[in-house]
Amino acid sequence: MNGFGAFRLLREALRGQTGWEPQWRSPERPQPTYDVVIIGGGGHGLATAYYLAKQHRVGRIAVLEKGWIGGGNTGRNTTIIRSNYLFPESAALYDHAVQLWEGLSQELNYNVMFSPRGVLMLAHNVHDEQSFRRHVHANRLAGVDNEWLDAEGCRAFCPPLDIHQQRYPVVGGALQRRGGVARHDAVAWGYARAAAALGVDIVQNCEVIGITRGADGAVTALSTSKGEIRTGKIGVVAAGSTSLVMAMAGVRMPLESFPLQALVSEPVKPVFPCVVMSNTVHAYISQSDKGELVIGAGTDQYPSYSQAGGVQILSHTLEAICELFPMFRRMRMLRSWGGIVDTTSDRSPIIGLTPVPGLFVNCGWGTGGFKATPGSGHVFAATIARGEPHPIAAPFSLDRFATGRLIDEAAAAAVAH
Amino acid sequence: MLLIHCPWCGDRAELEFRHCGEAHLVRPADPAALDDTQWAAYLAFRDNPRGWARERWRHVHGCGRFFNALRHTLTDRFAATYKPGEAWPEPPI
Amino acid sequence: MTRLASGGRIDRTRPLHFSFDGRAYTGYAGDTLASALLANGVHLVGRSFKYHRPRGIFSAGVEEPNALVEIDRGPGQREPNVRATVVPLVEGLVARSQNRWPSLRFDLAAAAGLASSVLGAGFYYKTFLGPGRDAWHKRWEPLIRRMAGLGRAPEAPDPERYANRYAHAEVLVVGAGPAGIAAALRAAESGARVVLCDEQAEFGGSLLAEPDAWPQLAADIARLRANPLVTLLPRTTAFSYGLQNFVALAQVIEAANGLRERLWQLRAGRVVLATGALERPIPFSGNDRPGVMLADAARQYVLRWGVLPGRNIAALVAHDTGYAAAFALQDAGAAVAAVLEMRATAPAALLTEAVRRGIRVLPNHGIAGTRGGHRITGLLAAPRNGDGAPDASRATPVACDLLLMAGGWTPSVHLFSQARGRLVWDSALDAFLPGKAREAVTCAGACAGEGLTPGLPVTLLAAGSARAPKAFIDPQNDVTTRDIALAVREGFRSIEHVKRYTTNGMATDQGKTSNMLGLAVVAGELGRSVPEVGLTTFRAPYTPTSFGAFAGRHRGLLFDPVRTAPLHDWAVGQGALFEPVGQWQRARAFPQAGEDMLAAVARECLAVRNAVGIFDASTLGKIEVTGPDAALFLERCYVNAWQKLGIGRCRYGLLLREDGFIYDDGVVGRIAADRFHLTTTTGGAARVLHMLEDYRQTEFPELQVWLTSTTEHWGVIALQGPRARDVLTPLVEGLDWADFPHMAVAECRVAGVPARLFRVSFSGELGFEVNVPASQGPAVWQALLRSGTPHGITPYGTETMHVLRAEKGFIIVGQETDGTVTPDDAGLTWLIGKAKTDFIGKRSLVRPEMLRPDRRQLVGLVPRDRSTLPDEGAQLIASAASRVAEGHVTSAYRSATVGHPIALGLLAAGRARLGETIFATNLSGPATPMEVVAPCFVDPKGERLRG
Repeated sequence: MNGFGAFRLLREALRGQTGWEPQWRSPERPQPTYDVVIIGGGGHGLATAYYLAKQHRVGRIAVLEKGWIGGGNTGRNTTIIRSNYLFPESAALYDHAVQLWEGLSQELNYNVMFSPRGVLMLAHNVHDEQSFRRHVHANRLAGVDNEWLDAEGCRAFCPPLDIHQQRYPVVGGALQRRGGVARHDAVAWGYARAAAALGVDIVQNCEVIGITRGADGAVTALSTSKGEIRTGKIGVVAAGSTSLVMAMAGVRMPLESFPLQALVSEPVKPVFPCVVMSNTVHAYISQSDKGELVIGAGTDQYPSYSQAGGVQILSHTLEAICELFPMFRRMRMLRSWGGIVDTTSDRSPIIGLTPVPGLFVNCGWGTGGFKATPGSGHVFAATIARGEPHPIAAPFSLDRFATGRLIDEAAAAAVAH
Repeated sequence: MLLIHCPWCGDRAELEFRHCGEAHLVRPADPAALDDTQWAAYLAFRDNPRGWARERWRHVHGCGRFFNALRHTLTDRFAATYKPGEAWPEPPI
Repeated sequence: MTRLASGGRIDRTRPLHFSFDGRAYTGYAGDTLASALLANGVHLVGRSFKYHRPRGIFSAGVEEPNALVEIDRGPGQREPNVRATVVPLVEGLVARSQNRWPSLRFDLAAAAGLASSVLGAGFYYKTFLGPGRDAWHKRWEPLIRRMAGLGRAPEAPDPERYANRYAHAEVLVVGAGPAGIAAALRAAESGARVVLCDEQAEFGGSLLAEPDAWPQLAADIARLRANPLVTLLPRTTAFSYGLQNFVALAQVIEAANGLRERLWQLRAGRVVLATGALERPIPFSGNDRPGVMLADAARQYVLRWGVLPGRNIAALVAHDTGYAAAFALQDAGAAVAAVLEMRATAPAALLTEAVRRGIRVLPNHGIAGTRGGHRITGLLAAPRNGDGAPDASRATPVACDLLLMAGGWTPSVHLFSQARGRLVWDSALDAFLPGKAREAVTCAGACAGEGLTPGLPVTLLAAGSARAPKAFIDPQNDVTTRDIALAVREGFRSIEHVKRYTTNGMATDQGKTSNMLGLAVVAGELGRSVPEVGLTTFRAPYTPTSFGAFAGRHRGLLFDPVRTAPLHDWAVGQGALFEPVGQWQRARAFPQAGEDMLAAVARECLAVRNAVGIFDASTLGKIEVTGPDAALFLERCYVNAWQKLGIGRCRYGLLLREDGFIYDDGVVGRIAADRFHLTTTTGGAARVLHMLEDYRQTEFPELQVWLTSTTEHWGVIALQGPRARDVLTPLVEGLDWADFPHMAVAECRVAGVPARLFRVSFSGELGFEVNVPASQGPAVWQALLRSGTPHGITPYGTETMHVLRAEKGFIIVGQETDGTVTPDDAGLTWLIGKAKTDFIGKRSLVRPEMLRPDRRQLVGLVPRDRSTLPDEGAQLIASAASRVAEGHVTSAYRSATVGHPIALGLLAAGRARLGETIFATNLSGPATPMEVVAPCFVDPKGERLRG
């Protein structure tokens, strides 16, 4: 792999940009045998392959992608990155990711455009304030940056914000300055390029259609649209298809898959300096480097694999955006799209071993998977390589649904009384 | 926005309904007799099919009744809605 | 002036004045901003996104990538990125160019163009990696951001209004060109209710540039207008096609009363898509200069708007329709310098006509380059080599001031694809056409390929262009054929990858003219056919759609309904402070003159403890549970035992989820053997009813029990304090006080009004809750106030309610609990019916995690210094230096009754740690030492409420 950098760019410019080679090897067909096969060529899967090769020196690794890499939720989210989760287990996982984000462009020699612009979560009532201040206390204790701003502080940090809007005035907010955004596609491509340079085979348009288990129950092989592959270890990182792939190995999952929509506006000059989230009114917004306002909506209410959702969901989100930022009413929606998010009953991911020896799973990220990409890949690679959960991954085991040791971030933010 | 056929009220817009998860999950008659894994299977583990799904809806902003539906999760099309207690219809070919 | 003396559909008797970049111009009614600019000889209207290259008017419709302007209608009504080609000209219109500094003609950022050899597709992924880990964010990103973006976002709130309408139609026809009008007439005259919409202000579509068709067009529109079954929606774009023929339309109204747009959400029995076709541009070097225009657009400017966009024109033609455009311009007075026919030969009839007209046609020619700065001045006509590329070595210059591109036609299948219809490649027409539909939809006219003829296949249109410099495919985003080729070289082979890597098709025109060319270049580079490369997905919106239209009237107080209790107006009159709780507005405190909230709460608390307080508890959720099996039903749902609860008695009920965690709580009173009055938390009312209905209907359908929400039926007035009975007694009729102990309920009259009177306490004092019909709430409240005046009755709000219950250690669901708290954690195991074998959540309570001895348990906390108020949410740690959370503070108040701050918290194994010191984290100083105590600070034996 020839390095990226300003000098290379200038040199290639002199040759009319003809000297570039493919960023990642993408063999048309897989090899017959691998040490580890990763199912799913999204950011999490590619990161897993990269760390397996880089840190765990696993020799033969394949990433199988049924479509094109990064084409699932990696390329269909609003790219928000933060780690100010309430429970220490979650904060540890997401902050592990943020720490990797902070050096990821250099690590991969690929500009993933990680931009710690600050993520501001708005509080609109007493309950929000109590909840967010609890987050701030918990995060500070765990060494995760998070601070409480009063309403004026929120406006100072995000000048377009109308803190005095009539229905849900802003009473304050929790700000994580290390949070921000990154360029989602570049994350998939950067990991693919770096993994391929370490010998990982990235096979696109290769759909898994079966998983074979031996007499002892352990995985031995899988069949794909491009032939049979023998392997003793399979990592399933197939957000939006997890239940289906796991069913091939006879494993039922505690997951339901919902449509999640997002949209961007037409590009405008810099007007929005940070990321703002409001769970109370369901609005998530930032501005991309290109100038588009990037806006996340909520999930539709019914499970679906259609990558489409109702227009009423977009309306609901834009109503909230127009309340928080009334000058954006004349902005226009340019594109909308849908992803499929796998959600668990406690809204936390599942990372780790399964009842099937040799079969590992990383799923259930719900609406928050992008931010975890490097950390998720990192701990999942360690889990696969060692055959036991990485300490950060351990609380996110599949058996927590039986023991009751849930990590319920959603419930912790629940509104009642 | 889906158009949903309430078995009692007829076709109504999705806004009047609430999705209520997988259908035909019967609460165990004696939960105490289940081990933790079996109980977890009832609580959290779901078919989540890509294809025909049997699911529950409630006409929450209408007659208030729960009913079941057979819906395809790739096309979001309903093949049928039916009342609780009724046998589920066969998926269309 | 380039305005023709006659012709077109503009009204020359109605001149309209407008400005562009501060210069005054005149156009006519019927003009678009683009036609009026062209009529004034203005070709340079914008700058491109990346290289800031000069950009002119490219098209005559929604597909416009170049002519983006800012329209300024005053404060809060400034709108960026408006396509000049779709803006109807109005008097006083103020338009400005954008993305340039200091001026449109001289843009310093155009220097980026000099570096275009470096700044190819995806260059930003390969550099800006240093110096330092934060170099991108700190150093480079701000530069990139300033260069990027197009127009300026509005800065002030938009004062105009947006509306929303739901509608049904038996037939929705999208597109009012010839096919759409015919379909609408046919449907309406067969008796169907029809909605016909078109994005343009004038119906007619392609007919608007066919003067011979105008009389029939006028007659047809008159017939439609006269038909009461027909709704005509001009300036209305069908932008989203959802399941079951649910189509969203954005209608531009711009009424004088400030109504700007309306969002229609329309369910149609059948949809007819008559969305036409878009002309393809052609990739060649220098094809982006102002004055390079789609051929049919130029024809429309002449015939529809009476504008001659060039006097000395050339045309690059790959499709027969290019000749019609050239002839139309010639007829209007332009000289035709040359027609460059990309095909090997021109069709004979057209060639004959061209010769008759004295037009030079150069077959098998392409363009090797163009000249001109702010407008094209000439081109290099070059014969095409075997690979299709123009041979620059054999090029001859041709002077021109307008260059037409006729690359053939792409049917507008966007909406059909959004409707999840299958697109099939038609190799004869060289286009994707609607195939098998999934909805009740028909395509008519050019979007179905009807009336279209084949031209040069798009792969040949692009052949050889991938080596040409500055051959633009997406002129807004500055994506060239070389960028596409570079992406393919770097391994981006899926068309989705190419799109994302190069940004081709991601500009504000959404790839309407660039997607097919991008596909063709990729196909050429990979040696595949277009359908083998595939197609990017079409998604809503078809054209960019205002946020305001989506939001509609849901703004200000209408953003979300406000719920108010019966005594809301009275509380407003008292100057109460309010807090939102869910959708409710609740009075938080009643400060008197000179009081802040803290002082008010202290006074209110003491009044309750020492005399009597009155509180509006109407927001509590209330459910009437009736039927012979009502007790059995509650028995199965709530943790408590209900069957033996006596009539006229009540009990504090606790409801879990199946996972064993506390879901809701509230007092339940037994009114009769078969009738219970159940209360829920304010926020929980709807979801508790939903949950109970779920079990009633689907798990226990054999039970004879019915649930009715009575939340808004009852106004609830709480009287709490040692004098509460004194206040109440004179007003109560029909109650046997002798049989009315704590936790009793009775039906009686209060102040002459039928009431359900509960003797319950959420304060630890003697207490009553008077339930009366909500409409009677204010009258009863007033009567109680009058009766209470001699006793010092004091109204109090939710904050005092919170303090009082915290002093007693009563939990609030959602504050002490967060969805991870079991009954035992909250110290409420005593509520669980001992003999019960099952209730919702029971099984989960014996999972291993629920039995751990170190679970967090409810405790009381008192600051060691008796003065520091800990933060709600503060983490509890074993020592001031510890980093390990062992729990958190759930509630903390200054207690006037106790005389120092008190708190409740959840602490690991807390009940076994009474007397220990634990530390509460502090955001602005050292952690606060707290003593762990039992969670009750007032009257631990509970004697006062029995008084």
